Amino acid sequence: MSQVKSGYARPLDLKNGRVDLAHGSGGRAMAQLIAELFAAAFANDYLGQGNDGALLPAASGKLVMATDAHVVSPLFFPGGDIGCLSVHGTINDLAVMGARPLWLAASFILEEGFPLADLQRIVASMAEAARAAGVPIVTGDTKVVEQGKGDGVFITTTGIGVQREGIEVGGDRARPGDVILLSGSLGDHGMAIMSKRENLDFSAPIVSDTAALHGMIDSLLDAVPTVRVMRDPTRGGLATTLNEIAGQSGVGMMLDEAAIPVKPAVEAACELLGLDPLYVANEGKLIVICAPTDAERALAALRAHPLGKESCIVGEVIDDAHRFVQMRTALGGRRMVDWLTGEQLPRIC
Amino acid sequence: MCLAIPACIVEIQNGDQAIVEIGGVRKECSLVLLENAQIGEYVIMHAGFALSRLDPEEAAETLALFARMGQEAA
Amino acid sequence: MKYVDEFRDGQLAKGIATAIARAARPERSYRLMEFCGGHTHAISRYGIADLLPANVEMIHGPGCPVCVLPIGRVDQAIRLALEHGVILCTYADMLRVPASDNLSLLKAKAQGGDIRMVYSTSDALNIARKHPDRQVVFLAIGFETTTPPTAVAIQVARAEGLRNFSVLCNHVLTPSAMHAILAVEGGVKLDGFVGPAHVSTVIGSDPYAVFARDYAKPVVIAGFEPLDVMQAILMLIRQINDGRSEIENEFTRAVTPEGNRKAQALVAEIFALRDSFEWRGLGSVPNSALCLAEAYAEFDAERRFACDYVAVPDNRACECAAILRGEKRPQECKIFGTVCTPENPIGSCMVSSEGACAAHYTYGRFRESA
Repeated sequence: MSQVKSGYARPLDLKNGRVDLAHGSGGRAMAQLIAELFAAAFANDYLGQGNDGALLPAASGKLVMATDAHVVSPLFFPGGDIGCLSVHGTINDLAVMGARPLWLAASFILEEGFPLADLQRIVASMAEAARAAGVPIVTGDTKVVEQGKGDGVFITTTGIGVQREGIEVGGDRARPGDVILLSGSLGDHGMAIMSKRENLDFSAPIVSDTAALHGMIDSLLDAVPTVRVMRDPTRGGLATTLNEIAGQSGVGMMLDEAAIPVKPAVEAACELLGLDPLYVANEGKLIVICAPTDAERALAALRAHPLGKESCIVGEVIDDAHRFVQMRTALGGRRMVDWLTGEQLPRIC
Repeated sequence: MCLAIPACIVEIQNGDQAIVEIGGVRKECSLVLLENAQIGEYVIMHAGFALSRLDPEEAAETLALFARMGQEAA
Repeated sequence: MKYVDEFRDGQLAKGIATAIARAARPERSYRLMEFCGGHTHAISRYGIADLLPANVEMIHGPGCPVCVLPIGRVDQAIRLALEHGVILCTYADMLRVPASDNLSLLKAKAQGGDIRMVYSTSDALNIARKHPDRQVVFLAIGFETTTPPTAVAIQVARAEGLRNFSVLCNHVLTPSAMHAILAVEGGVKLDGFVGPAHVSTVIGSDPYAVFARDYAKPVVIAGFEPLDVMQAILMLIRQINDGRSEIENEFTRAVTPEGNRKAQALVAEIFALRDSFEWRGLGSVPNSALCLAEAYAEFDAERRFACDYVAVPDNRACECAAILRGEKRPQECKIFGTVCTPENPIGSCMVSSEGACAAHYTYGRFRESA
């Protein structure tokens, strides 16, 4: 009779296995899930410490912290997935504050029955995104909820960065006369998501623009440290972000419709569904507001970076007590670009 | 009212079902309300159904009319 | 996008705008109603008012099926979902319309109603096929453009024996609504109509002849794009100057005099004319709406379920009625922009993005605030 191997544990069935309640219970099953799936993929010394929290080196400079929950559905979409989205999203939140992102934490809420193969794909994607960005995932958490109480997986990422010396940016710093720049085409992410949703299925060459922007922002700040506002137009699109800034800064804005880049397929998809690209989410675009004397250099710095090749000037900040964001239409008329009302639902009528 | 969009028939599957294309985006569209629709024709699609054909000659004439309006007024 | 982009060209727009400015006689005003909500939306979204001379005024008409649907009809749909447990399929436009008891279809969904957004009637049929054990009701709204797709769905349901499928029918008719506006005693002074685009592809241009004849009002059927609308305005101004009242067709690339005969025939088979139907803002209008024909009664949700229509009056401060008839402008309603906003719509004109109030609030309210 052969001796039972000591310390043998059957490896996770990553091909056909599913998340079950034991994986969240804090016992062996959870430890195995963490070790074989998460830690193996994220692989860094901090995680390797194996404690409840990651011990990080002292940082010099003002700390910036940001957090984001990700509940996107579907989980996998053209150009990305919930995993890389969650890494990029928090990196971008830090970067637009003028901070260099240093570390990420990731917490997962898994639904009982979620296929481990899908989880592995997501985790691999997160690991790759973190590695490419140079920002490790140093600590995390996992919980499992009963089937029916979660949409497959929800991911929350939190990040810490250090603000660059001498950089002062904020939503309240826009001034009349300032120039508004946009780093590329609008609506790619939102329409890529729409293209996969049930009831609104169409095969279209639209790919999410999800990307980490900190590299491009670094080059921008190297060239123009006096940038006044930076923000990434995610949920609610360009319109919502500009309205927020207009409100915070107590200014108005005038956009030029002809200058705003929208890919033809995105425009067509929006047209089909009665959506306005100005309100559709982006996950790899940057809005920059700077003094007019800085605009040329800022534009050049953005365009020099692979993520900002299509950067352009889309409008200007104006004096307006009502804090309206307006737009000169392609036809030569004027309209408001108001706050988004509720959820952007497709129209038929 | 009636969000409807001109789209080009690129494929016809079993008689009444078609794939139309607009700006590179493809969508399913029913041709059941039209007679003898052909691939390459433009139709006006509303809520998943092609409701009418678009006449390319009339379209060209209309655009020419717009241009003439501008010239006459200038 | 072909046949779209060319009709939005800024240069051509300038040309037409100049022609309009030349044609409009300074000593008189021109009050033109664009009937169709899609045109209202286009006018606001492109800022066409900025390209028109001050004496040419666009009055927004009631051609927005969401706007003219009475609260009681939305209540019916909600009751079907919450009390009868049906799967209620609806176009997205209807989801946020406020109904009684502080509900909307979206809020009813949050309360547990199985309410699903569909893009097409085909989606609703698919749901019925997938859930043979559940009742599936399609909330049918819309003018003549949207009616043929509903007709097709009922025809398919019959052919396939989809017994769990039914339709809550609220389809309405354009010419009847135009009559209702023009027939109002001492009503709004109108000089002409911009006729609907896609409704006309279905019904053709012939049905409008009666307006030119009986009311001496010119009608120009306009395409959906901003250049179409501007050209139609120019054609109307010229007719008015000449003292003509004719039906003209600007949308010749898609509208013929007789329209889509196949679609008309199908609608005539599946639907019947209701004696009268309540329109929000216009009251009871005779021969203005459709219900399922006797031969298709089994698919009529109103007959299948015990779910009667109960009329619900509008909020007293709401001026939608006057606005839908073109008698008042959104800005003239006391609660416009304050109590009543797109986020918190009190009346129908604010609910749909094509409603006069919503369009003005979302795209044009900067004009008053200058």
